[in-house]
Amino acid sequence: MAQLFHRGANNVAKASLVLAVVLAGVAFFAYSIIARSSYLTGRYMERQQPVQFSHRHHVGDDGIDCRYCHSTVETAASAGVPPTQTCMNCHSQLFADQPYLEPIKASFRDNKPIKWQKVHDLPGFVYFDHSIHVKKGVGCASCHGDVGNMAAVYQENTLQMEWCLACHREPAPNIRPKEEIYNTSWNPRDITDEQQAEVDEKIKSLRSKELLTSCSTCHR
Amino acid sequence: MHSKDSKTNFASLRDKILGQNGKEYWRSVEEFVDAPEFEEFIKYEYPEQAEEWDSSLSRRNFVKVMGASLAFAGLSGCVIQPAEEIVPYVNQPDGLIPGKPLYFATSMTLGGIATGLLARSNEGRPTKIEGNPEHPGSLGATDIFAQASLLNLYDPDRSKEIIYRVEPRTWQDFMKAIRSKVAEMGDGAGIRFLTQTVTSPSLIDQFKRLQEELPGAKIHQYEPVNNDNAMTGTKMAFGSPAQAVYKFDKADRVLSLGSDIFSGFNVRYIKDFAKARALSTEKNEMSRLYSVETTMSLTGAKADHRLAVKPSQMPEIATAIAKALGVSGASSTYSENAKWIEEMAKDLQAHKGKSLVVAGRNQPPMVHALAHAMNGALGNIGQTVEFIEPFRPNADITQKEQLAELIKDIDAGSVKMLVILDGNPVYNTPSDLKLSKQRMDNIPLRVHLSEYQNETGMLCHWHIPLTHYLESWSDSRAYDGTVSVSQPLIKPLYDGKSIYEVVQLFFKEAYEKKDLAVVQEFWQKQDLKSVPTAETTKPEDENAAEAEKPLETSKEDSTPEPEVKREAAPSPTPSAIPVPTATPVPTTANGTSAPKSFEDNWRKVVHDGFVSGSQATPKSVSVNTDFLSQVPVTELGPGALEIAILPDPCVYDGRFANNGWLQELPNPLNKVTWENVALVSPNTAKKLGINHKENDFAGGELGTAFINTKGGNLESDLIEMTYEGTKLSKAIPAWIAPGQPDDVITIFLGYGRTRGGKIATMEDGTGIGYNAYELQKSNAMWFGKGDVINTKSKTTVASTQTHFNISHESVGTRDILHNWTFEEYEHHLKGEPYNSEELYDKSMYGNEFGEVYAEHNRWAMTIDLNSCVGCNACVVACQSENNIPVVGKEQVERSREMHWMRIDAYYSGNDINSPDGPHFQPVLCQQCEQAPCEVVCPVHATVHSAEGLNDMVYNRCIGTRYCSNNCPYKVRRFNFLLYQDWDTPQYKLMRNPEVTVRSRGVMEKCTYCTQRISAARIEAEKDGRAIRDGEVVTACQSVCPADAIVFGNTHDKNSKVAAKKKDHRNYALLNHELNTQPRTSYLAGVRNQNISMPDYVKVEVKEEKNGKGH
Repeated sequence: MAQLFHRGANNVAKASLVLAVVLAGVAFFAYSIIARSSYLTGRYMERQQPVQFSHRHHVGDDGIDCRYCHSTVETAASAGVPPTQTCMNCHSQLFADQPYLEPIKASFRDNKPIKWQKVHDLPGFVYFDHSIHVKKGVGCASCHGDVGNMAAVYQENTLQMEWCLACHREPAPNIRPKEEIYNTSWNPRDITDEQQAEVDEKIKSLRSKELLTSCSTCHR
Repeated sequence: MHSKDSKTNFASLRDKILGQNGKEYWRSVEEFVDAPEFEEFIKYEYPEQAEEWDSSLSRRNFVKVMGASLAFAGLSGCVIQPAEEIVPYVNQPDGLIPGKPLYFATSMTLGGIATGLLARSNEGRPTKIEGNPEHPGSLGATDIFAQASLLNLYDPDRSKEIIYRVEPRTWQDFMKAIRSKVAEMGDGAGIRFLTQTVTSPSLIDQFKRLQEELPGAKIHQYEPVNNDNAMTGTKMAFGSPAQAVYKFDKADRVLSLGSDIFSGFNVRYIKDFAKARALSTEKNEMSRLYSVETTMSLTGAKADHRLAVKPSQMPEIATAIAKALGVSGASSTYSENAKWIEEMAKDLQAHKGKSLVVAGRNQPPMVHALAHAMNGALGNIGQTVEFIEPFRPNADITQKEQLAELIKDIDAGSVKMLVILDGNPVYNTPSDLKLSKQRMDNIPLRVHLSEYQNETGMLCHWHIPLTHYLESWSDSRAYDGTVSVSQPLIKPLYDGKSIYEVVQLFFKEAYEKKDLAVVQEFWQKQDLKSVPTAETTKPEDENAAEAEKPLETSKEDSTPEPEVKREAAPSPTPSAIPVPTATPVPTTANGTSAPKSFEDNWRKVVHDGFVSGSQATPKSVSVNTDFLSQVPVTELGPGALEIAILPDPCVYDGRFANNGWLQELPNPLNKVTWENVALVSPNTAKKLGINHKENDFAGGELGTAFINTKGGNLESDLIEMTYEGTKLSKAIPAWIAPGQPDDVITIFLGYGRTRGGKIATMEDGTGIGYNAYELQKSNAMWFGKGDVINTKSKTTVASTQTHFNISHESVGTRDILHNWTFEEYEHHLKGEPYNSEELYDKSMYGNEFGEVYAEHNRWAMTIDLNSCVGCNACVVACQSENNIPVVGKEQVERSREMHWMRIDAYYSGNDINSPDGPHFQPVLCQQCEQAPCEVVCPVHATVHSAEGLNDMVYNRCIGTRYCSNNCPYKVRRFNFLLYQDWDTPQYKLMRNPEVTVRSRGVMEKCTYCTQRISAARIEAEKDGRAIRDGEVVTACQSVCPADAIVFGNTHDKNSKVAAKKKDHRNYALLNHELNTQPRTSYLAGVRNQNISMPDYVKVEVKEEKNGKGH
């Protein structure tokens, strides 16, 4: 029986061994890039909302505090999306006749809730609590970015577990002085000595890394 | 490998190595006789002992499948989450914070007795039932029915619309039809109402007012589990009917005459009993319980001395005991068990005024009367038992007589209109008073109000959906007469109507009234505003016994309940769900001294859930023993056997038959699920050849009494039964029950529903189980004579008794349960309490996480086996709190039930006919510090938290099941199939939003209610303090009527759990064998035997080698 393979096939075989390893490496690398890509994580993606609500206008220009609308951020797990009533507090007077406020007025008139598109969406098995993060000195911007300068809100971070854990392992850089928690454009370099002392105190009172990275801290 | 040799080897090995004094405990008949089937079953349940895989899949195919699985596994990371919406309120209700549950006081009524509840509401959806800590009928505890009632609310099989002869109709149509009919009927002659037991003061008043308008109308009350015999008994003893209120906490000696005080839907009695029985580091005295009964009940299981007798003997024995206790006029010729009775009587007499005799509701009136006479002779009346006026009107006439009167009138043709208000009389009336189709056809107009379109609804012209108690306003009375109020938490899901609304339709004026209006108007008339200023409320003249005590106005909850905040009114709901009927009112501010309007008082009552101080005042009674001269005539039919009938411990009288939680809840004693069986004693089974294999002889090493009944219960024989001359239409599975008296068969009510819903009734229209109402007769309601024929055909009964055995073969010990005699207990008191931590040194790794645990809260639990009565409430509470699915009978047979918590029932003793026990041991994840499950998980899906919880990470689990195979306690549950119902919209509303809903292929288990720990931790952290003792209450702990479960942080030296861990009875399961260092430990049960009793079992107190109270 004649030789089935040409002599050069040996080289091909050897090369394919190397190539297989390289390809596997490339594939793994590609996978890790894709898995963190905004395509899969939804990062930086703006969503079409039923109302053209601009945080930049309300927070950045008008200076409304986050807590005016997200009123339960200090008391409950959910920061709370305001009821239509909250919008109408101002907009029954201001710009009341503007067409882009029509969905709000319709909601109020017909007693039908507005269906907002969720931007920051954690999986169902993750139990995040806003109140404790705020209490411990994590500012809104640490997770949500500079919302005060976003016309349409997008997701600033991947919200993947590695991102959560990065802070749970080393929370200190994300702890702010109390008065800057709701200031989304605050720069940590502007910290005063007094504030630094306060932050240091807060960091001391944080729970241990072991507890913060225990599975049941976030998963139940 | 199985059978005698191995067991002997292990037994000797154990004695040799450990030198301990473990008793031999067994859970099932199979285990007792060492049946090969049992060994096989154990092997297959967990493949730890399985042989090598007999592969039908070739290696090549295996690699292919594995490769494909791996490739696809990677893809699972590439799923983009579907877009979700946030739907806020338009107007957010005051006091409601989305994501924060609110608790509302309400109450559930069963058999006319209310239990006070706190219902948890998540954004307007009731998601969990807790007991109301201030309500006298609950004191914070609840029973299985209250826990499972939540599932009934969301049952998709509930009737959803008003139906007239199959056609849907509107409420207006119904109103018109009824009102024109009532107008035709003039004074109402021919109108009949049939209700269940009514104790609601406002409903009683409504009926009373209605009878003034319609003097010809009549009201009948009937439900199968009722107080007839008790009422007749008090009438015999005192001359007038009265309702007994027992005080078990004051009774040092209790004699139960066929009474199951632990499953009589009054958790307060368990609370009180556990209080008198509890042992602690300070208190080492306990009460003693004697039980004379037929079928083994929870009470009998807990009894220190139990006598199993035939039901027909009960009056004789009661008379003999009465004679021994010196009841005047009692004479008896009964000579059996003379010593037992004599010694017991002596013991009771030594505790005059501190003893108590209780008769069961299924006992003949004579036994009740005798029990009262005995209490009179012992000076207990006024001490441990009080009598109050009966709650229900016409208590003079028994419910059976009321039903008989109705049936007579129907047969005579004088009933023109029958309005059935709740209940299912077509199904649950006794056979000779059956509301049969023929009788129903005799009534020109039939109206049915019920939560289900059931057997009765099918035979009625009109069917109206009834509101669930969480959907409507009502009031009722607790066991001691305390007025309890139910408030709705949610608008009726299916536009149901309450009883009040339907009754109101019969009035000439103001016929359209909501339940709230009826209840509130009644209480307004009662001058509720005067209640706080020490005046009486008199809801009705017949039940005039109302309280003189003022409402407590000056203080909030006397016991701090940090995690439970209550609101005074139902919370409004998000717009996706209907808004409740009442306008929300803010929490009542207590403590104001200004004169209060009715509105203020009403708010307080609704906030509290009951009118405090409204318990009935005891009436003075004097025993007249004339009844002893009337010799009770018991005419029993033909038959060699006696047959006892009992309500089912799980589905009750059949009303809970469509409740999956209760169907799958193992019967507390024989652990049968999904059906009812016929209990037969081992001797009788042997005699009749039931559950017994031909030519198969085996005696277990434990004893010889049970020799020929080897087939056990894994496969049951179907038997045909005749009761008082009536044959049951279905052959029923027999079940050998240790402790059952010979020649007595016990059958259970509540099954065989032909129109029960998708769960209770199979697709072909036959109900699961058999219908014992076919046999019940008005002259033989609870027992009679009969015969059985063994059909020899077999069936499989899904019982969990053999499941999750803490296998002695793999662990090498049977020392799992500590149940001591009082003498043993006293001996152990002299020793050192158990300390598990010293075993750490014996581990190869030492105390690996010791430093981490030392710095954090150290969660731990103790379960007091002396208090635990095995009532199952914790199992259902856990199911409700943790979104645990129901798996169905077929899956239970494969031991795939998902309950995170099980209650093992162990018998002991060498005679299976009268064993000791069962002793109950609730087993949940032990949260081992050195957990065997963790080390075998290939993906770290189960790891330790810093606080010592054995976390289970569902989203990491890939379902290898290594962990459950390596768990010595067998507490891990695997979702073999997609058990969770993801589609039914109602169930979505019911689930606890704080707990992940698990899918197929995922392991799950108890994590000490980690969601409750998290919630408490976050609140404590926000306040900058440590978590207080008692701030975290696990679901099983909060529901426990016996306060057997204590949970907390053992680093807190002042915590309750730390104190319990120092108790001399404390021991950890399998720690000596495996050094798992469980955080859960048990406190040994203690049997307080009377040394003089003939059945006293002396246990040699052995000195242990190392002197440790192991």
